Amino acid sequence: MTDKLSQSADKVLDHYTLFRQPEYAAMFEKKKTEFEYGHSDEEVARVSEWTKSEDYKAKNFAREAVVINPTKACQPIGAMFAAQGFEGTLPFVHGSQGCVAYYRTHLTRHFKEPNSAVSSSMTEDAAVFGGLNNMIDGLANAYALYKPKMIAVMTTCMAEVIGDDLQGFIANAKNKESVPADFPVPFAHTPAFVGSHIVGYDNMIKGILSNFWGNSENFDTPKTEQINLIPGFDGFAVGNNRELKRIAGEFGLKLQILSDVSDNFDTPMDGEYRMYDGGTTIEETKEALHAKATISMQEYNTTQTLQFCKEKGQDVAKFNYPMGVTATDELLLKLAELSGKPVPASLKLERGRLVDAIADSHTHLHGKRFAVYGDPDFCLGMTKFLLELGAEPVHILSTSGSKKWEKQVQKVLDGSPFGASGAAHGGKDLWHLRSLIFTDKVDYIIGNSYGKYLERDTKVPLIRLTYPIFDRHHHHRYPTWGYQGALNVLVRILDRIFEDIDANTNIVGQTDYSFDLIR
Amino acid sequence: MSLSENTTVDVKNLVNEVLEAYPEKSRKRRAKHLNVLEAEAKDCGVKSNVKSIPGVMTIRGCAYAGSKGVVWGPIKDMIHISHGPVGCGYYSWSGRRNYYIGDTGVDSWGTMHFTSDFQEKDIVFGGDKKLHKVIEEINELFPLVNGISIQSECPIGLIGDDIEAVARAKSAEIGKPVIPVRCEGFRGVSQSLGHHIANDAIRDWVFEKTEPKADFVSTPYDVTIIGDYNIGGDAWSSRILLEEIGLRVIAQWSGDGTMAELENTPKAKVNLIHCYRSMNYIARHMEEKYNIPWMEYNFFGPSQIAESLRKIAALFDDKIKENAEKVIARYQPMVDAVIAKYKPRLDGKKVMIYVGGLRPRHVVDAYHDLGMEIIGTGYEFAHNDDYQRTPHYVKEGTLIYDDVTAFELEKFVEAMRPDLVASGIKEKYVFQKMGLPFRQMHSWDYSGPYHGYDGFAIFARDMDLAINNPVWGVMKAPF
Repeated sequence: MTDKLSQSADKVLDHYTLFRQPEYAAMFEKKKTEFEYGHSDEEVARVSEWTKSEDYKAKNFAREAVVINPTKACQPIGAMFAAQGFEGTLPFVHGSQGCVAYYRTHLTRHFKEPNSAVSSSMTEDAAVFGGLNNMIDGLANAYALYKPKMIAVMTTCMAEVIGDDLQGFIANAKNKESVPADFPVPFAHTPAFVGSHIVGYDNMIKGILSNFWGNSENFDTPKTEQINLIPGFDGFAVGNNRELKRIAGEFGLKLQILSDVSDNFDTPMDGEYRMYDGGTTIEETKEALHAKATISMQEYNTTQTLQFCKEKGQDVAKFNYPMGVTATDELLLKLAELSGKPVPASLKLERGRLVDAIADSHTHLHGKRFAVYGDPDFCLGMTKFLLELGAEPVHILSTSGSKKWEKQVQKVLDGSPFGASGAAHGGKDLWHLRSLIFTDKVDYIIGNSYGKYLERDTKVPLIRLTYPIFDRHHHHRYPTWGYQGALNVLVRILDRIFEDIDANTNIVGQTDYSFDLIR
Repeated sequence: MSLSENTTVDVKNLVNEVLEAYPEKSRKRRAKHLNVLEAEAKDCGVKSNVKSIPGVMTIRGCAYAGSKGVVWGPIKDMIHISHGPVGCGYYSWSGRRNYYIGDTGVDSWGTMHFTSDFQEKDIVFGGDKKLHKVIEEINELFPLVNGISIQSECPIGLIGDDIEAVARAKSAEIGKPVIPVRCEGFRGVSQSLGHHIANDAIRDWVFEKTEPKADFVSTPYDVTIIGDYNIGGDAWSSRILLEEIGLRVIAQWSGDGTMAELENTPKAKVNLIHCYRSMNYIARHMEEKYNIPWMEYNFFGPSQIAESLRKIAALFDDKIKENAEKVIARYQPMVDAVIAKYKPRLDGKKVMIYVGGLRPRHVVDAYHDLGMEIIGTGYEFAHNDDYQRTPHYVKEGTLIYDDVTAFELEKFVEAMRPDLVASGIKEKYVFQKMGLPFRQMHSWDYSGPYHGYDGFAIFARDMDLAINNPVWGVMKAPF
């Protein structure tokens, strides 16, 4: 033992420096060789190489049961997200309590914001007798403590498996005066073993709308000039919803976002904690029934909701996470068509500036190969934008993706010569994507923070453009939608490309060339 | 400038005021979980380890979180199947920074998420057949896996699946331990039962079914680290001290741990327990069955580290005792320098703590070493024996809150205005918005390690950077 310590008060070493010091390196080696009884380095290296092979890929793709690193969460977190976009709304998750701790944690780690939701904390006795008492007491407590304007109820898989009936339970709780009879308690059954978070989102929006609009079909509902817009589950909602509102302002049209989390998930730090902030008000939600049309920004987040809107006599239009020039064009043209107002000159100017930026940078994008993964709508939007940039989307993967979705992606790919080498992989996971990247290499991966392990394994740089982003800060505050959003996405991709070139040309005396000042 | 404006809060009165907001039934129940510590108290005078009240926003998790997330998940050379719907494994995927070294995906799987992704048909017809297939596929795609655990999610226990039968069959078939864990989230009242169930699964499915490695040679100095999950490398900055005093750490439970280390643990001379709450069960079992004594220790802050090193050394011969003194002396100048640098910046600062089952007491003296004061503390999932161990650390008048609700914690902090809140990610931004410095004390706020002497320097630096960052000074707009 030497007397010199690595750690010091002058320069405190963090974990990423501390554990590289020789005393720790020696300790790790000793632990490994004396106590871990692991496999030999040669065997590990052999298997590691095998996992990169075509043979491994075939076995990996033959999987029928185990899911490894999926790109989907379960229904209730989507339902919670949807509910949190309404003013003063407290999500109430009926079932086991651990689930709520997980949802809150997940959303908080992405948005770096508080996230409030309660659980009915069902345990073994409720599993036997049902959770009615948990609902009765839970609603009373939540109402008294957190003074919400609305409580939106959803379920964990536990409550679904035992078959708790939300409608009956809520009525029962109201009879017991847990909350006033006229207090809004919309609900949605959100079984975790059906669909994913995007289906939960759909169920909750429909649950809230039907609470205020009524369940019955009414094609003759009187209409106003208003247009509703449902954003869907979106990690960039803070930036995107604000951008949509700005676009509506430029247009001069009455655009009502149904479920707007942009303020709730971006509260200021000024000494006051706001448990609720902003969101679609109850009045606005009621009024939205009379809108002439409802637009969905994410088709797969709103399948049932849009059907429900149709049954209220509304026109509906659906998009797939529209990003880039033409997708934004289509969105604006739809707004123009529905409102009868022309696309304003200011937005045309923004479009020109975006196209200008793409033209300035196209040389660095042309022919670059990408893997894209995430929710079905995001993948569609991203693929379309990449094609527009002259980049080549190669592997497009979504665990929530269906056969229908695969066809939809293929259609987008078929629409451009840059899509020739692309293929959609619905129902597959990030371990499949690892095989795809090893056997058919790409230049960049677009996904979320979970992709960092793929980046480490394959050495293909990752660009974080979809939920969840835990290990980079604040990007969700900037839009990815609209021309302005497309510009942000463009810059994020370009930055990663330039950083990558610099990182691969920075060895003095070896790669002095190509380490260019001007690009 | 200190942010504590209110130094003379009538805490008893505050508790009553906060309870006023509850409906009567819940008020009565919550009142039993809140108390102000009295002089010479034998425990904290609160009820614990009982069900959370519905609808109050408890901060607790579930048994699955306690088993998969805490105890089993960090065993790196095993694959842990989140058995049931996709969510539980997704949310707990790589969320806890249990550091390990290994080739992830090849011989280690700690930061991956494996699930049987239950669909409606699995609920209706049962998931055992699928589980067979899941295990076969894992063994084929990951041939170097040294064991597989089945972490049950809520539906498993409700639909009557027989995962034990699957585990027995598959273990025989693949020749590797397959361990069923009945940690369904609805069991018990918090993570705590999940710890216990996970401990019992090690007892029944590792100790009962495997043997220590045949070539393992014991020495008189063999110890284990039990209940250290290596968050940010905590077990490593602890292990290095134990090795320095001449002991041989034959197993880490479970941070950076392996199946072999679990299997060899009955060969230990002493089990050293850091997180008593989550792993006392297996230590007690080994004491009964293998006659291995166990000892609690505390490696937070130099006072506790020195005391613990001496207590540990006292179980061994004079050579180890001398080594312990040498090690304490060796680190003393660094400790003195850390305290000289940070204590003037932190002296007298007040802290409110709310964490899991150990740290609400274990970190207290580390704060004291820096001249800081604890004015409130509480546990998410402690039992009575934890509350009995707590008065040793905190003083009379400290506010104690068990299974605190978001509402209560917010009101307590608002009234007591500590200089620092030390809690979890769900609490972090609430208090930062209120203008209060905050440190996550589950994850070390992505810093760490905090254990051991090397960790104490980081702990001190982190508390300083939280409290003395200039951002708090610009919070109020000048207009």
